[in-house]
Amino acid sequence: MAIHARSITKRFGDFVALDDVSLEIEDGSLTALLGPSGSGKSTLLRVIAGLERPDSGVVLLGGNDVTSLPAHRRGIGFVFQHYAAFKHMTVAKNVAFGLEIRKRPKAEIKQRVAELIELVHLDGLGDRYPSQLSGGQRQRMALARALAVEPEVLLLDEPFGALDAQVRKDLREWLRRLHDEIHVTTVIVTHDQEEAMEVADSVVVMQRGRIEQEGPPRELYENPVNRFVMSFVGPVNELGEALVRPHDVEITLSPNGTTMAATVERVVHLGFEVRVHLVLEEGTPMTAQLTRDEANRLGVENGAEVFVRPRAVREFGDDDSMAAVEEGVPAPVPSVTDPERRAPEPL
Amino acid sequence: MSRYALRFVALGYLLMLLIIPIGMVLYRTFQDGFGPFWDAIQQPDAMHALKLTLEVTLIAVPINTVFGIVFALMLVRHDVPGKAFWNALLALPFAVSPVIVGLGLILVYGRTTGWFGDDLAAQGIDVIFSVPGIVLATMFVSLPFVAREVMPVLREIGSEQEEAAATLGASNMQTFWRVTLPAIRWGVIYGVILTTARCLGEYGAVAVVSGKIIGETETGTVFVERAYQGFDKVGAYSVSVVLALMAIATVAVMSLIKPRREA
Repeated sequence: MAIHARSITKRFGDFVALDDVSLEIEDGSLTALLGPSGSGKSTLLRVIAGLERPDSGVVLLGGNDVTSLPAHRRGIGFVFQHYAAFKHMTVAKNVAFGLEIRKRPKAEIKQRVAELIELVHLDGLGDRYPSQLSGGQRQRMALARALAVEPEVLLLDEPFGALDAQVRKDLREWLRRLHDEIHVTTVIVTHDQEEAMEVADSVVVMQRGRIEQEGPPRELYENPVNRFVMSFVGPVNELGEALVRPHDVEITLSPNGTTMAATVERVVHLGFEVRVHLVLEEGTPMTAQLTRDEANRLGVENGAEVFVRPRAVREFGDDDSMAAVEEGVPAPVPSVTDPERRAPEPL
Repeated sequence: MSRYALRFVALGYLLMLLIIPIGMVLYRTFQDGFGPFWDAIQQPDAMHALKLTLEVTLIAVPINTVFGIVFALMLVRHDVPGKAFWNALLALPFAVSPVIVGLGLILVYGRTTGWFGDDLAAQGIDVIFSVPGIVLATMFVSLPFVAREVMPVLREIGSEQEEAAATLGASNMQTFWRVTLPAIRWGVIYGVILTTARCLGEYGAVAVVSGKIIGETETGTVFVERAYQGFDKVGAYSVSVVLALMAIATVAVMSLIKPRREA
């Protein structure tokens, strides 16, 4: 079911969570709302779900205006970051909840619950209570519970945010496969760009209650419309006004006209990828990303004196809307942003 | 050593304050066997007083339970203006002496002096020196317990489970019965136990509004006081023991609602 949000504004006291946001989500797609905490992404999801009333604006589900419809009449599925498991009910009862509310026949409920428990790989755990499950199992139970009523829209609010790295990765892949199977229109909120890029067909980048850019992951990575999007969807080095991706930093052992002298501070081996932390002559740090073979060929090691040259930098106008790509022209005053340190904290 | 000293102080405190006095009441009651106790509570006045206390409790506890849950939901879940004020108001029955509460009720509902006393009397309803006044006084002094117990539980469980129920199609009432109430039931149970204990034990406010009419408006605690002053020690002790047993029975019944395995 297609989702349309039109001119949504939502304030919490003085804080503007959503500032005249409009969004269209195609039927059957998997869309990620990506942004730092406080960007309004969760609020937008909750407005679509009916858990939050917008101050102004309209929400359409499948073309019907549902703005004044309460959450329980919207026919959506919602998955919360902290699972929102009904603690006093068993796994099977949790999953059956929506069906029991709809007063489906007992036999049908039993069969459907069994199917869903199998779908989310919780076989044999139907009689357990949520407290007896791991975080990943609880979230799968919450997914089964949301899917039980066959919603036409599935909304997930940082669903894997509270889980361990490996579990997150597994669940993310599992969610993608599930979506390919059942094609329910899905919106996932996340602050993790890798998660958004990996799982979604379309990514909506938000900041300060506004949508900065939307498009397929590759489009966002290759053609970010402003500094914020560029630095949010991947690591960047700042070269004055210009931004350069670490994989666009070329390291050479001898200077030529456009290189800058640098000292290797630290070499981080991440398997196939090698990350080289450098300090330019002026004293500003920069990160370069090489393949293992390149790093071996250059023989970079801690303390080595090398030369660097950005292959491609990107500059954005003051209004943050114009992007210009320049090939190989370094800006005069470089500075750096460590992508890790810039990563926003979740709420 | 200091650990033992601490235990000695803590247990000694309990012993002096709680165990010895209650033990003495029990000892005095059953000093000459079960017979005198049985005879004492069989007196019509004692029976009537106990019955009245039971009736008042059975009216006040359910009303205050429903009120307490509704009030707690309103203060915790809804955006009502003046939360601090309502919270403070809820603490009033703890802060104000029950005797003053009784006086207040007389000023409002008493005949000739009260605001609506005469109007109610014209309708054939006597509040002061009558059972309705006792119920009102008891309700007032036991008002905060359920709300006070439920509010922190509501805050702790958060509203996510309720929101999840809503997204699964549950109406507000369905969400309350199926999700909220089971989640807060321990708060409700403790609140009911405390409310019941307070209702059974209330003396001050009831003494003022009831008029202490023997065999009519005399409750259990008022009977105990009168019997003790009138040198009917066995009567006083026996009715005390029955009141204590009622409180213990409440705790027992409430514990029957067994805890289930959950986080």
